[in-house]
Amino acid sequence: MAKQYVNTTVNGDQMEVLCDPTQTLLDVLRDELDMTGTKEGCGTGDCGACSVMLDDVLVCSCLVLGIEANGKSVETIEGMATGEDLHPLQRKFIDHVALQCGICTPGLLIASKALLEENPDPTEEEIRYWLAGNLCRCTGYHKIIEAVQDAAAEMRGN
Amino acid sequence: MSYEAPETLDAAVGLLAGESGQVKVLAGGTDVLVQIHADMIEPDVIVDIKKIAEMREVTNEDGAWRFGAAVTGKELMDHPGFNAAWPGIMDGVRLLGSVQVRGRATVGGNVCNASPAADSVPPMITAKAVATVVGPNGTREVPVEDIGIAPGKTSLEAGEFVVSFQLPKRPARSGDAYLRFTPRTEMDIAVVGCAVNLALDDAGICTDAIVSLGAVAARALIVDAAAKALIGTTVDDAAMEVLAAAASAAATPIDDKRGTVEFRTEVAGVLAQRAAAIALERAKS
Repeated sequence: MAKQYVNTTVNGDQMEVLCDPTQTLLDVLRDELDMTGTKEGCGTGDCGACSVMLDDVLVCSCLVLGIEANGKSVETIEGMATGEDLHPLQRKFIDHVALQCGICTPGLLIASKALLEENPDPTEEEIRYWLAGNLCRCTGYHKIIEAVQDAAAEMRGN
Repeated sequence: MSYEAPETLDAAVGLLAGESGQVKVLAGGTDVLVQIHADMIEPDVIVDIKKIAEMREVTNEDGAWRFGAAVTGKELMDHPGFNAAWPGIMDGVRLLGSVQVRGRATVGGNVCNASPAADSVPPMITAKAVATVVGPNGTREVPVEDIGIAPGKTSLEAGEFVVSFQLPKRPARSGDAYLRFTPRTEMDIAVVGCAVNLALDDAGICTDAIVSLGAVAARALIVDAAAKALIGTTVDDAAMEVLAAAASAAATPIDDKRGTVEFRTEVAGVLAQRAAAIALERAKS
């Protein structure tokens, strides 16, 4: 099967990759680019573990073909911290112990960041609705909500 | 499997008509990619229609909206004018999957995936949306209710695909609404769905109505008896009783893990009343 050439920008870096047309963006990130921060949970768009930003839109990378990323910009968990400085959401997830096994965490962080870019001061209900597409089997969600609220407050300068 | 992303309708029609193997049209991909990876379909060619400009547009011509079949749920949600004009369609769009899914999923895909439980379909039907379909034999106009005909099956001919949806100009004092019942508020599939679109005259009498039920038959239904229950009334309690009975009577659901026949039949009537009440409020405001 002929591989197809994909030229995409991942976390600001231009990347070229040859991919099989059946490979998802998730497959390309993990298997071709060795960026394994983005996790595979269900592979059907139900769990949100593979959440990334594609041209500034929050998507499940398991529901995007790798070739569809050609000419587009992808943001993953690997681009969230600035060098050694964690993003406020990352710090607050640690402070609030908003994770246990960690498989859902990259997706939840990407989804939470997208929420705060659209709504810097979300209510608990708004956070819960926004994160409905991200499943966590460990925490019971409460600590995640607290972490997002705390990070939002810090990012607003409170 | 090969991947093609034509930039014009003509090129897409040519690709679809010229392919002898199995071809699948790709819009948001939130159903198609799942089907590919579950080996439910094994397309030889994927034709991605998202690079065709007219399939990505939302336009308003003198109050009559048209939107492309590749417009995402998020793009519609981010369109204030469309939200104000068709709140009932947006009730359905907001219930499609998660934020992540709505970033990709399209109403065109929801219609063409032909699930009887598709949330955007009943309100598109009650809006009297008409799909513009192209294919090897040219262009034709198809009412949305005639596209999905059974679970996973559409009336589209080989090589045909939906380009866009045309909505009629809304009369003054009209409103629409969609409600569904699900055990979970988000990320769930409708056990029952109901859309109502109605118009009032200056005295508050309902002059036109259309009611559609989802998830209670092999395809979304139009319930004429339910609409007749509202027309000529002020949508008062008596009319609501007749409406609920008509909606329940029209429901021919299956028993499955999501709901029993008895439950779905009763909920069809309850949702019809509640959706009508919301549509009425929107018509008056």
